[in-house]
Amino acid sequence: MKILVPVKRVIDYNVKPRVKADGTGVDLANVKMSMNPFDEIAVEEALRLREKGAATEVIAVSVGPAKATETLRTALAMGADRAILVQTDDEVEPLAVAKILKAIADAEAPGLVILGKQAIDDDSNQTGQMLAALMGRPQGTFANEVTVEGDSVTVKREIDGGLETVKLSLPAIVTTDLRLNEPRYASLPNIMKAKSKPLDTKSPADYGVDTAPRLKTVKVNEPPVRQAGIKVADVDELVGKLKALGIA
Amino acid sequence: MKTLVLVEHDNSSVKDATLSTVTAASKLGEVHLLVAGKGCAGVADAAAKIAGVGKVHLADDAAYEHQLAENLAPLIVDLMGHHDAFLAPATTTGKNVAPRVAALLDVMQVSEIIGIEGDKTFVRPIYAGNAIATVESSDPKLVITVRGTAFDKAASEGGAGTVEAVSGAGDAGLSTFQGSELAKSERPELTSAKVIVSGGRALKDSETFKELIFPLADKLNAGVGASRAAVDAGYVPNDFQVGQTGKIVAPEVYIAVGISGAIQHLAGMKDSKTIIAINKDEDAPIFQVADIGLVGDLFKIVPELTGKL
Repeated sequence: MKILVPVKRVIDYNVKPRVKADGTGVDLANVKMSMNPFDEIAVEEALRLREKGAATEVIAVSVGPAKATETLRTALAMGADRAILVQTDDEVEPLAVAKILKAIADAEAPGLVILGKQAIDDDSNQTGQMLAALMGRPQGTFANEVTVEGDSVTVKREIDGGLETVKLSLPAIVTTDLRLNEPRYASLPNIMKAKSKPLDTKSPADYGVDTAPRLKTVKVNEPPVRQAGIKVADVDELVGKLKALGIA
Repeated sequence: MKTLVLVEHDNSSVKDATLSTVTAASKLGEVHLLVAGKGCAGVADAAAKIAGVGKVHLADDAAYEHQLAENLAPLIVDLMGHHDAFLAPATTTGKNVAPRVAALLDVMQVSEIIGIEGDKTFVRPIYAGNAIATVESSDPKLVITVRGTAFDKAASEGGAGTVEAVSGAGDAGLSTFQGSELAKSERPELTSAKVIVSGGRALKDSETFKELIFPLADKLNAGVGASRAAVDAGYVPNDFQVGQTGKIVAPEVYIAVGISGAIQHLAGMKDSKTIIAINKDEDAPIFQVADIGLVGDLFKIVPELTGKL
C-alpha cells in the first residue's frame, strides 16, 4: 500500500517568535524555517512501515509557498519516494488543507495517511481529524505506537490519563505524538539523491478547493509579560515564601 | 445562541474540564449538554445539576462507551441541527472529536480558546503561547475547544436541567476499542491541582525523581508534572508532561525543579499564578518567568525543603 505523509513548513521550534508591531501576525521575515517536528515523526513512521514491508511507497505532500519545496526535499532525503507540492502563497486553514489532502487521497488511494498531531505555529490540532471525517475513514490520533496487520492498523494513543489502544480498518488516518519514534537524519548522499526524486507542483485550484479563510485574524498580540521575580538565598527563605503563599 | 457542550466523563462522574467549558458556553447563550456513553444515566443526572444548564442529551449506547470519534461525531452532527455552537474541553477527548465534527459540518474549528470577545470573536494562543490571536469566525455554526485553565469552573450544584434520551446511528463500524493503560495516581489531577511540583532532566533517573519530587509533592498536596526531557528519559509516564504538546496547567503555585524552561515547556505553565524555580544554572530561561527563584543544587535543596515543610 501507499502511505501519504503531509508535511508543513513552519518556524523552527528553537526560534522564539516575535509579534509584529502592527499586530497583524508573527514576523517570519528572515526567520529560520524547518519541517514541523511532528511531521518528521510522521515521515519516519511511514519509512519504518515501508522498511517492514507493510508499505510500498511513501508520498510526501505539502501545501504552502514555493519554499515548502525545501521541506519536501527534506522528506525525500529522509527516504520518501516522491513528493507533491500544492503551491499557494495564501495561508491555508486546516479545513482547506484537509480538503486538498482528501482530493489527493482520492487520486492516490493510500492505505494510510500519517500526519503530525499539530503544527507548532497555529497549534490547531485539526487537520488529521478533519481529513478522516471528509474521507469517512477512521482516525488514530496522538499515536504512540502503530502496527499494521492485514487490513487493519492498531494504534496505541496517548490520552490524558495514560494510553489507549484502538483498532482501525484500513484505509485509516493516523496522527503522530512525540514519542512514536526518533526521526532519522538525512545523510549527505541521500540529500543529493533527493534532488532527483520526482516532485510535482500543483495548485489548490487543480483540486477544486477554495482556500478562502473562514476565520479572520482580527489582531495578534504579545502575551502578557510576567513581572520580574526575586531570588531567594536559601531554603529557609523559600519556606517562608511558601508559607506566605499559604501552601505550606 | 444555543450551545451544545460535550460532557467529559469516566462513566461515573463529570470531569472538571467540562465545568470550565460550561462557563465558556454560558457566555455565548443557552447551555445544553451531551452525555454519551454506556450505562451513564448517573452522569447525566449529575450533569443536569451543573449551574446554568438547560437540557441534557443522554445517548446511552455501547457504541459510545469509549468515546470513539467515528461513532460520536455523527451523533453530535445530528444534534447540531438544533444548536448554533458545539464546545468541547481541549482535552485529548475533545481534541479528537471536535475537528471531526467541524469537518462534517464544513466549518473551521476554533481551537483551545482562552477568551470570548463577541458572539463570533475568540482569543487563542498560537506559536506555543508566544502570541495571542483574536479571530472572528464567518461560519454559520461554531465548533470550539476550550482551554480549561482559562475559564472558571461552573458550580457543579444548583442547576435544574432536564435529561432527555437521544439516539444516534451507533457504531460506524470503522474502529474498535482494544484496551487502555491508565496511570493510577492518588495525587491531585494535574490539570486541576492548586499546586504542582514538576521535575526535569536534572533529576537523573526514575528512582531519583520519585525519591525527591514525590515526597515534596505529598507535603504540599500537589500534583506532579514533568518536562518533556524527563518523560523522554523514562523518569515518569507521558501523561505527566506539561507543555505545548502535553498538558496545559495554571495552578496557584508551580514549582519547577531542574527544568531549564524551554519555549515548549513554558507554553504549558506560564499562566500559573506563582512560579517557583529551583535550578543550579542561574542563567536558565526558567528564571525569566519565575516569581521566586533559588539557585543551587536540587539534590541538596529539595530534601532540605521537604524536611522543613
